Amino acid sequence: MAAIARKHSLPAPFHEYELDDAFDEMVDRTGAVRPHYRHLYEALGALSPDELRRRQQVADLSFLHQGITFTVYGREEGTEKIFPNDLLPRILTRDEWARIERGLEQRITALNLFLKDVYHEGKILNDGVVPREIIYSCKHFRRQMRGFHVRKDAYVTVAGTDLIRMPSGEFVVLEDNLRVPSGASYMLVSREVMKRLFPELFRQCGVQMIEQYSQALLSTLRALTPQGSAQGSSEPTIVLLTPGVFNSAYFEHAFLARQMGIELVEGRDLVVHDNFVYMRTTAGLRRVDVIYRRIDDDFIDPLAFRPDSSLGVPGLFNAYRAGNVSMANALGTGVADDKAVYAYVPAIIRYYLNEDPVLDNVETFLMSDATQRAHVLGRLQEYVVKAVGESGGYGMLIGPHSTAAQRDEFRRRVEADPRNYIAQPTIRLSRAPCFLDGAVQPRHVDLRPYILFGDKVTIVPGGLTRVALKKGSLVVNSSQGGGSKDTWVLD
Amino acid sequence: MLSRVADSLFWMSRYLERAEHTARVINIQLNLMLERGSKSDDLDWARVLRSLGVELPSEDVAGAQVLAQSLLHDASNQHSIVASIEFARENARQVREQISSEMWEQLNRLFHAVRRRGGSQEAWDARDFLQSIKEGAHLFQGITDSTMTHGEGWQFIQAGRFLERTMSLSTLVGAHFHEFHQTGQPSAERAYLESIGLLRSCTAFEAYCKAYTADVKPQRIAEFLVLHPSFPHSLRFSAEALETAIKDIGREAGSRRSARVERMAGRLRATLDFAHIDEIMGGNLEGYLDEIRRQCAQVHGALYQTYISYPIEAALEA
Repeated sequence: MAAIARKHSLPAPFHEYELDDAFDEMVDRTGAVRPHYRHLYEALGALSPDELRRRQQVADLSFLHQGITFTVYGREEGTEKIFPNDLLPRILTRDEWARIERGLEQRITALNLFLKDVYHEGKILNDGVVPREIIYSCKHFRRQMRGFHVRKDAYVTVAGTDLIRMPSGEFVVLEDNLRVPSGASYMLVSREVMKRLFPELFRQCGVQMIEQYSQALLSTLRALTPQGSAQGSSEPTIVLLTPGVFNSAYFEHAFLARQMGIELVEGRDLVVHDNFVYMRTTAGLRRVDVIYRRIDDDFIDPLAFRPDSSLGVPGLFNAYRAGNVSMANALGTGVADDKAVYAYVPAIIRYYLNEDPVLDNVETFLMSDATQRAHVLGRLQEYVVKAVGESGGYGMLIGPHSTAAQRDEFRRRVEADPRNYIAQPTIRLSRAPCFLDGAVQPRHVDLRPYILFGDKVTIVPGGLTRVALKKGSLVVNSSQGGGSKDTWVLD
Repeated sequence: MLSRVADSLFWMSRYLERAEHTARVINIQLNLMLERGSKSDDLDWARVLRSLGVELPSEDVAGAQVLAQSLLHDASNQHSIVASIEFARENARQVREQISSEMWEQLNRLFHAVRRRGGSQEAWDARDFLQSIKEGAHLFQGITDSTMTHGEGWQFIQAGRFLERTMSLSTLVGAHFHEFHQTGQPSAERAYLESIGLLRSCTAFEAYCKAYTADVKPQRIAEFLVLHPSFPHSLRFSAEALETAIKDIGREAGSRRSARVERMAGRLRATLDFAHIDEIMGGNLEGYLDEIRRQCAQVHGALYQTYISYPIEAALEA
């Protein structure tokens, strides 16, 4: 009732702005605009819908001309799509951000300690805090990494953690992406576009900078230079290893390499000789010290992992184990972002840091546990079921939006392989204003900040806000009709 | 520069030069046939194939026309124009970040235009198509020269273009004179048409006339196409441009192993620089052209061994 009463209470272009029980980023429970959205709200009211549309077109064209695309898998080959970007920024206050930043730093610190422990003594397993079976049955656990000393214990160098905001307004962690998270280039590009489109608003609001991301990433990678690097005082050679032009994130790989001024290489550009890695250049072989790899563990070295991989470099793993080259992220980090391990992250934080988690988890049911399984399978329409090793929104069931046939299918899958699934209650993600069809409308959003871990932890303020552009949809993945927005953290 | 990038730029350029050359030669042949009626079509097509260096599967002269037509649109024929442009684009796509966006857009445009044409046209309708290939390739070269840094990558593009040109020109000229000698004394009219056709195939008719008037003589044609120092579709010009590119690559890459490929490119250039047309024609023109092609293959091999597919051990010693 209250929602209906509040409808039409806002002037154009907000006339279609309806509220419901999800947390709204712009408007509070009483229907008043939150103070940190005030500038944006007033600016939008002063612009005609035509002017807003014109700016949206300028933004779209700018993305098109820069070739900012991603590839959708599983459809017709080579379906390159322009990454949809919403015109309106998502705004966070300094205090909100400070808490997020503290929580993320705590989380990555604990996860890196956890990875070191899991691949060495396994104290946390011996103490029974995390069950051994979950680790050893994880498909991203790499036996080959046991006992290997990772440079500076930086297992996860780059993380992209997905946060969502509960109806209460509290931020919680939905997923840790600890393998090869992507999207930082979209964050940087959409900021560039926004600065051109809303320069006056940008200044009024006092937005914290994110442009230092590439520089910070480079410093983080440089910190990993192997100790015995024969190159002495000269600059270490850092490369970005991409699977190639057919990969969905190739744009990002090329973009980041260019921003950092490092070489963008494919597996076939690298050779390993006597446990040293070289890249083939016209001037001869050049020793490589650090590899920012954007290839999954499985494909990195056909001699150590999947023998049918043609993307990787034969012998790379041995060179890595010999300490002659560093890789970011380290191999085997996927064990910590397995969705079943995720359920234990609060316990992991308490175990290593002796602190309470700043950011909570979403309540998670392990399907390998008979009681929890029975509970969830009885009410599948209320839950989101996810495969533990998947990412990008693939392999999941959203209960409330599913058909009976889909639920039956998932019930069968869960019963056949319970370890492979978890369930979480369907959460109403918070909503932020978006400019769609000539009006400002609320859509569900999440937030993916990028965390860098080298000599220190660096998090640029904000990150990528992903938005479910379809009305009512809760899926923000770009492969499933999601888009992005610029994220402003105010000073 | 990464060896893979150099490789892609080099082949992008070679394939584009090849597409343009093929388009020009076929276009001229279609013109010639218009003027001569259709009695000896298959024999003529067999000769076109030879002048492009395409092997006829057997002495199946009747198949020549079909094969020649497949050189236009048949992507499954690796010698075809459409295949060459596809290969050129595929190479460019691998190094999209290394070339200017203008270059990529033009090559992409050309590729889509070629694909749209489909495979059903009669060769006779193809002249607009062939013209558009020629123009598209020229446009790409102009864009390349004016939007890309003339650094190492650009030098590999130059090397690819002029190596391909030297090889295809020597094949074309060789096939022409081979025919000329074999058929004994053709009618004066026919000899004239053929000679003009050869010159036009090298976009050389106007330039030739400025140098020698419209009085076409075999020896002068050979001299012009093989030894002219400043005409861009002569063998000597191409070999000089190739040597320049290779020397510049050596300087840019700063490799200590560049001496061998530079020596070979220099020898190729000298073979053309210090030759005299009377000696060539008095001796064995075809043998001379074969030698040019053999040296081209050596330059190509040495270029690859030096910069692209060198053995690890060789590079480690350096």
